[in-house]
Amino acid sequence: MTYFLQQFLNALQLGSIYALIALGYTMVYGILTMINFAHGDLFMIGAFFCFIAAGLLKLPFVPTLLISMAGVALLGVAIERVAYKPLRNAPRVSAIITALGVGLFLENFTLVFSPYPQSVPTLIPNQTWMLGPVSISSLQIIIVLLSIGLMILLDLIVQKTMIGMAMRAISWDKAIVPLMGVPLNLIISITFAIGTSLGAAAGVMYAQAFPVIDPYMGIMVGWKAFISAVVGGIGNIRGAMIGGFILGLVEIMVAAFMPSTYRDFVAFALLLVLLIFRPHGILGKPRPQKV
Amino acid sequence: MKQPSSAFTVWRARWETIANNRKALPILLVLGLLLSFAIPQFNLVNPYIQLIIMYVGINIILTTSLNLINGYMGEFSVGHAGFMAVGAYASAVLTTQVLPSELNPWLFPLVVLAGGIAAGLVGLVVAIPSFRTRGDYLAIVTLAFNMIVKSIIENIEAIGGPRGIPGVEKLTTLPWTFFWTVLAVWVIRNFIYSNHGRGVISIREDEIASDLMSVNTRQAKLLAFTISSFFAGIAGALFAHLLQFISPRVFDIIKSTDILIMVYLGGIGSITGSVLGATIYTVLLEVLRPLGMWRMVLMPLVLVLLMLFRPRGIMGLREFRWLIPLQDLLGSKRWRQKKEASDATPAN
Amino acid sequence: MPLLQIDHVTHYFGGLCAVSDFNLALESGELVGIIGPNGAGKTTIFNLITGVYRASKGSINLSGTELVGKSPSHITTLGIARTFQNIRLFKDLTVLDNVRIAHYSQASYTPWESLLHVGRYQAEEKRIIEHSMELLSVFKLDHLSDELAKNLPYGSQRRLEIARALATHPQLLLLDEPAAGMNPNEIMQLMEFIRWIREDFNLTILLIEHQMRLVMGICERLKVLDFGKTIAEGLPWEIQNNPLVLEAYLGEEGGEL
Repeated sequence: MTYFLQQFLNALQLGSIYALIALGYTMVYGILTMINFAHGDLFMIGAFFCFIAAGLLKLPFVPTLLISMAGVALLGVAIERVAYKPLRNAPRVSAIITALGVGLFLENFTLVFSPYPQSVPTLIPNQTWMLGPVSISSLQIIIVLLSIGLMILLDLIVQKTMIGMAMRAISWDKAIVPLMGVPLNLIISITFAIGTSLGAAAGVMYAQAFPVIDPYMGIMVGWKAFISAVVGGIGNIRGAMIGGFILGLVEIMVAAFMPSTYRDFVAFALLLVLLIFRPHGILGKPRPQKV
Repeated sequence: MKQPSSAFTVWRARWETIANNRKALPILLVLGLLLSFAIPQFNLVNPYIQLIIMYVGINIILTTSLNLINGYMGEFSVGHAGFMAVGAYASAVLTTQVLPSELNPWLFPLVVLAGGIAAGLVGLVVAIPSFRTRGDYLAIVTLAFNMIVKSIIENIEAIGGPRGIPGVEKLTTLPWTFFWTVLAVWVIRNFIYSNHGRGVISIREDEIASDLMSVNTRQAKLLAFTISSFFAGIAGALFAHLLQFISPRVFDIIKSTDILIMVYLGGIGSITGSVLGATIYTVLLEVLRPLGMWRMVLMPLVLVLLMLFRPRGIMGLREFRWLIPLQDLLGSKRWRQKKEASDATPAN
Repeated sequence: MPLLQIDHVTHYFGGLCAVSDFNLALESGELVGIIGPNGAGKTTIFNLITGVYRASKGSINLSGTELVGKSPSHITTLGIARTFQNIRLFKDLTVLDNVRIAHYSQASYTPWESLLHVGRYQAEEKRIIEHSMELLSVFKLDHLSDELAKNLPYGSQRRLEIARALATHPQLLLLDEPAAGMNPNEIMQLMEFIRWIREDFNLTILLIEHQMRLVMGICERLKVLDFGKTIAEGLPWEIQNNPLVLEAYLGEEGGEL
């Protein structure tokens, strides 16, 4: 039981990272019905910003986090403007392939400057408390609380503000909403800025939890976060959070109670089973097809 | 101003004459076959270039077969390397563990075929989710499939687990690559220009309408997935016996992404495009090798630029005339001529 | 025995009753219209007949074969074809391909023959092309056979949709608002055209329409739907004078009469 609780804490930590990245996928998908395959690599860039700010500039945690989020947000918005915007009316898949290209570019560009894995200095003083038999570290607390805080903030933005309302409206109908005076391009840019900065935050926390980073780290984590978004119901913000935590839980628990090489297999098999019973994810709703 | 444009017209006219002369096709094929024997025999080009030619062939098979799903059926499969892995492992197990090694060169075509069949059977299974889900969700299914295949292989010690199978015999030769490439392109082209292939294409256009026009969409999807994965398996078998070493890591999502890029570079819904896309991508990667790491930075940029300026790829939805069966090319024209002839003679 | 017999068909979307207790007996060779205001459940009835939706309750019978639970493609092979309210052609394919695809279930060659282009492939393909071209020429579209469907003018697209439906060799043709977007002159032509294909192809026709002019002009019988319920049925002149219909239907869209 203790072991289980201990693993549960680890699952929360991993899950919140997945959830933060999944949010970026889901937000972009909700608005543009486009899978931004470069998102996992923006997460990686976030981790590298952390390396630069903390390792080279010796900054403390909060400025590092803010620099990373702001830098990646700018990058995300720039990518959208340069690479995705011209393709808004092209076949959907062209934008997806462009995103794959952008992702590869980011990976290999980073690789040129960092051919070897880099280790990131620890920014959060490592302290461990015992909650009964379960040990909990300061890093775990910060990751989980910060992630949940960011998610609540995002939920408030989407549900309560004018910008959030405009986002939801655009995801409903991209053709009509601009006619109501909503600045489409601005809202899309804001969506990218928020989504990618959450990914960057996840990158910073990931780099703190697993301090060796390399340019390809975003591929697998990105795909898994994407799967989280799908499990929750892609396009659905709360779904992405749930999906992230579910995937984190499944991965950690499989690794804890079965040979760790089964981890991917079980996670993906579960995904398939879920999709058979709920083809549109946990919170997703099928878009009605009119005949 | 006038000079270049007239030269252009002359060249264009010459090209039209060549393109209309389908008799050249069998000649080219025979020539290609002879060359594929002659090149390694007399070392016409150095072994490195021979190797690249074989990779081009394998990539053409992979690209054309993926185009059947992504271009013609209009789905977005991202796990093609998974099928490739099945073919590669099935064939490599046969040559390294089952068959006596002195028979390997003789049985190699059957080994490749077995790899294809194994992958085709797996493709049948992956087709079933496609009955229910479409688009992005089917993309996830194929992605998960790719990961699951990799994960299963990693967990089977008998086939080397995560370490893979070393010491696979080099059985893939230039003539065999040529043979399988031509066969794959020919069969997939035949399928597309058939009743069943038209069913597959109509799913891309409008699945509900196609169902209501009597197209058995389940059958069409099963066929498309099975054929596509069969040839991915063939390519995997050839690949394994060229690389001489396979491991689960070779067939991960990055390999699938490579194939995707070749498909969209060449253009969806076009066999010509797939041949071009695979050739250009493979050759370009080799030509740019002196750039070192910058090569991998440049390639994605090329892809992004191509998508921005030509979102449908080089040949999207267009086909080179030689690849279109005469009946499809001229059917309506012949009918009209016949009708004019019968209209001209007064009916008695 | 009627060609199409619909008994007590009811369909729910979630909690919403889209069609309730719908009955219809369609004799061979009849031309019957279903009218009603927007959202009355007319297209839903077509979707139920063709198997796009599965009826929650009731039975639909085509000359003795139960259709509820069968797949759309199967139902089409049994002899029901349809057009769509918002044209659903295969837009990026040629006019000829649009019609050829509708031959899917009639081509009698196997996937193996498809892959290798052997056996019956050549003969069957030749037959399909000829049949398609003949059908197109009947609809005066043969000269456009190599055009992409999306490049055709609106009226030709409507005709192509009917040609494509007829390529499946139906006994029963369902037309979903065939006169949508047409002017009075074009509607007159369409009426002629529908009468003529009925004779020529030996069809039974069920049509949904908004345009009273068309319905009153050619339908032998009418059914009026409102909120999923049948509120009246009978001959066109009876419907025209039925107070219930005037109230429910014309009260809302009187301008159309």
